[in-house]
Amino acid sequence: MLGQILVFGILVGALYGLVALGLSLVFGVTKILNVAHGELVMLGGYASFWAFSLLGLDPYLTIIISFVFLFLIGAFLYRLIFSRTVKLPEETKIKNTLLVAFGLSIILQNLALRFWTADERGITASYLGTAFTVLGIRFPVVRLANLVVAVFFLVALQLFLRKTYTGKAIRATVQNWEAASLMGINIHKVYLISFAIGAALAGVAGTLVAVNYSIQPSMGLTWTLKALIVMVLGGLGSIPGTLVGGLILGVTESTTSYFISSNYREVAGLVLFLLVLIFRPQGLFGVKEG
Amino acid sequence: MLSIEKIDVYYRELQALWEISLEVNEGEIIALIGPNGAGKTTTLNTISGLLKPAKGEIRFLDKTIGKEPVNKIVELGISQVPESGKIFAGMSVYENLELGAFVPKARKEKKQSLERVYEIFPRLSERQNQQAGTLSGGERQMLAIGRALMSKPSLLMLDEPSFGLAPILVEQMFEMIKKINQQGVTILLVEQNIQAALDLAHRAYLLENGRIVGQGTAKDLISFESVRSSYLG
Repeated sequence: MLGQILVFGILVGALYGLVALGLSLVFGVTKILNVAHGELVMLGGYASFWAFSLLGLDPYLTIIISFVFLFLIGAFLYRLIFSRTVKLPEETKIKNTLLVAFGLSIILQNLALRFWTADERGITASYLGTAFTVLGIRFPVVRLANLVVAVFFLVALQLFLRKTYTGKAIRATVQNWEAASLMGINIHKVYLISFAIGAALAGVAGTLVAVNYSIQPSMGLTWTLKALIVMVLGGLGSIPGTLVGGLILGVTESTTSYFISSNYREVAGLVLFLLVLIFRPQGLFGVKEG
Repeated sequence: MLSIEKIDVYYRELQALWEISLEVNEGEIIALIGPNGAGKTTTLNTISGLLKPAKGEIRFLDKTIGKEPVNKIVELGISQVPESGKIFAGMSVYENLELGAFVPKARKEKKQSLERVYEIFPRLSERQNQQAGTLSGGERQMLAIGRALMSKPSLLMLDEPSFGLAPILVEQMFEMIKKINQQGVTILLVEQNIQAALDLAHRAYLLENGRIVGQGTAKDLISFESVRSSYLG
């Protein structure tokens, strides 16, 4: 039974890691704490839902649509809103981006409500109910896919940052933006691309949420919170750390649900969050500044 | 080659440079000297396009570049080594150099540029896969200069290349700068180490409080009263 709980925790945790991946990338590069990240997950969910129900695409194929759609939305939001706040001096910048992102989350929620009503929607395809059993442990296809998709995008992001010129420009900007701009790297373009990729990753997570659970306009805050917890657990700036952080949160939640009560699931996550902040503020895998 | 005419530069409301004019001819080594806060770095940052002049004109190879973005200026052939190097510490030596050739024009000739940099700084070639953050102070400075050379500049601007180096390394550093200059790269040098800078440079400008207060050959400046009293004792 314990094995089953661990496996479930890990498979759900992979999704948490994916949700946090985009938030962490955006924060690491631009220092924008985008508290509207959960709303971007929601938009990704709807993009997939409509692609699935109107075009009849396979649920996992709709990932392409949610990725591209949210990439564009991210680029648009950065141009329209965040490009103005990142230019501010450090302290004002953090305050203002937080406020702006919070306002944005409310706007996106209400737009979604207006366009798609408050009805819960979900993606259910024929094969989604199936499961494998290995050594007496059940592996539902849907949950297993979380891990596959999360690892795929994690590796892809890592390769992008390490192997491509654009990726290297992003890393250089994080390490020393002044030197990076002296190389002729356009810092604002780096920020724009990073924000758009962060949004696109939120979109992919949205697809998984629509397949695993259900989507509705007000779902964003829950996912923003989870992403924040995972980001702090994993450590800022550590991409593999983000996935591990997600797995830890997933396992904490699943064991709490089993041994205590599922009502306390979220509480356990927040307690873990506080403990990490108190005893290891740089996160489990983060490196100290400098 | 580079000619600056009466530029005023501001940080927000604060004026940092007043009517700075200077001239750099092809093949020269020009030193920009003066006390801390005189505006030496600000001048370099303005030439490289990080800051924009509020008034005045900057011309490079007969083009007005005062309003151009940094990447355009790098492509035209100006490259700046920032103060204390500012290498990308978390990346390998090779990746640092690669980023030096970021602009499209330089990227096409990355291979030749890399060979040239390794020839000037063989140490960098030995350490190419090492993390830049693990290099010694002198090696970091070499990497910063090598990185700047990767864009194939015709004008190289160095901001205090001797900063924080042991005296023997300072001497080596100035030898290397001389060597780079002999290969046909014009050099604009900002230095606190006045004596060494004046020994190396063909001409120099003295900056104080955001204004040019003296200029001439190294000899002229050494005899300049305020330089003597403030820096050479």
